[in-house]
Amino acid sequence: MFGNLDFDVIRRALPYLFYEGMTFTLTLTGLAALGGLVFGTALALMRLSGFKILGRIAGVYVDFMRSLPLVLVIFWFYFLVPYIGQWLTGASRPISVGAFASSLITFIMFEAAYFSEIMRAGIQSISRGQPAAASALGLTYAQTMRYVVLPQAFRNMLPVLITQTIVLFQDTSLVYVLSITDFLGAASKVAQRDGRLVEMYLFAAVVYFTISCIASFGVRRLQARIAIIR
Amino acid sequence: MIEISHVNKWYTPSFQVLTDCTTSVTKGEVVVVCGPSGSGKSTLIKCVNALEPFQSGDILVDGTKVNDPKTNLPKLRSRVGMVFQHFELFPHLKIIDNLCLAQEKVLGRPHDKSVTKGMQLLERVGLKEQAQKFPAQLSGGQQQRVAIARALAMDPIVMLFDEPTSALDPEMVSEVLDVMVDLAREGMTMMVVTHEMGFARKVANRVIFMDRGEIVEDAPKDDFFGKPRSDRAQKFLSKILSH
Repeated sequence: MFGNLDFDVIRRALPYLFYEGMTFTLTLTGLAALGGLVFGTALALMRLSGFKILGRIAGVYVDFMRSLPLVLVIFWFYFLVPYIGQWLTGASRPISVGAFASSLITFIMFEAAYFSEIMRAGIQSISRGQPAAASALGLTYAQTMRYVVLPQAFRNMLPVLITQTIVLFQDTSLVYVLSITDFLGAASKVAQRDGRLVEMYLFAAVVYFTISCIASFGVRRLQARIAIIR
Repeated sequence: MIEISHVNKWYTPSFQVLTDCTTSVTKGEVVVVCGPSGSGKSTLIKCVNALEPFQSGDILVDGTKVNDPKTNLPKLRSRVGMVFQHFELFPHLKIIDNLCLAQEKVLGRPHDKSVTKGMQLLERVGLKEQAQKFPAQLSGGQQQRVAIARALAMDPIVMLFDEPTSALDPEMVSEVLDVMVDLAREGMTMMVVTHEMGFARKVANRVIFMDRGEIVEDAPKDDFFGKPRSDRAQKFLSKILSH
């Protein structure tokens, strides 16, 4: 059955697939992970702050985001952001937001819900003696979090955070619903132009599989190292 | 230096951990707090720097009211050194950075001065060579000595010790006690929760005996070890001194 497959189409498309597609995918993954971690940590701190209202707001946000399919959020957000922007700035017409900016904001907001739960678990894994010792030295609550609790929480949770980022890496392929040229989008365009669907989608699968596998392997080694340090 | 007057604390409305505790520690004094486990000794000492809240009574440290909501607690705590049962060194920081963190972030000392001060104190507790290691690479006794040095780096006016040797293997207890004895002899004001009666005999001025959240006995060292007035203190002493 492989007789009439033309794998040379992949070789010819390589520069386009990687320079355009993979660059976009990795940029989106990296920025979304970073933004999601920052926003997610803020949400986790809100939930653990002891201020009931703040905790409630963060809790509702996290539950809301986790109850929606990602594709739907991407779609909604893409079509809603121009109108939200118009409403916020009082402009006369919907503000045009690029597909990249729109998808980046969506992923940051969506991933923050997941990262916040990871960071919350990380913060709770720190024994109560640590913040007590920090306060006893005169550090304020903010300093205690910044210099004592969060660095340890982040270090303990690093393997889980990276695993979540691998999931994010795969999920970014959903931006194809906005006709963005990410790696899968690029593969799909070549596939349809050249009528080589099987080859291109097989190749895309192999690439996603390889990158995710290598990253997972890295996580396992990291876990072993962290276990030794503790 | 420390004035504790009529302090009451409840964990739940029906569970009182501290009942009408009143005592004081004057400048240069070493006060040992002892008593059976669950008697509220640790809770009392944690009330002194407001790590534990209490519902009624007052505690003054160097004239500042600890339980006043207007009190700048971080500032107050930075002047009160505390050593914990489980050391509580920051595991993600090197030993020297454990000593420098609060000096720089709380007192605003420049980095080089903090390091100099930190190294002096490490030398004093005999751990200068360990400065670049991480806490997990040190033994329990060494970690506790670092914890004492970390508290001293803030130039505290008083030191609180919460069972500093209870989590240590027996052969490491003396190296920590030696540091504490030196500190006491140099005139540091100290409040020490401990079961180490040898330490109390050597350097304490007064001994406080607590049971069920109450201060049962508060007496000069010689009176306490000579003839404790209460039955409960007598029983406690005979139990821990019989071996």
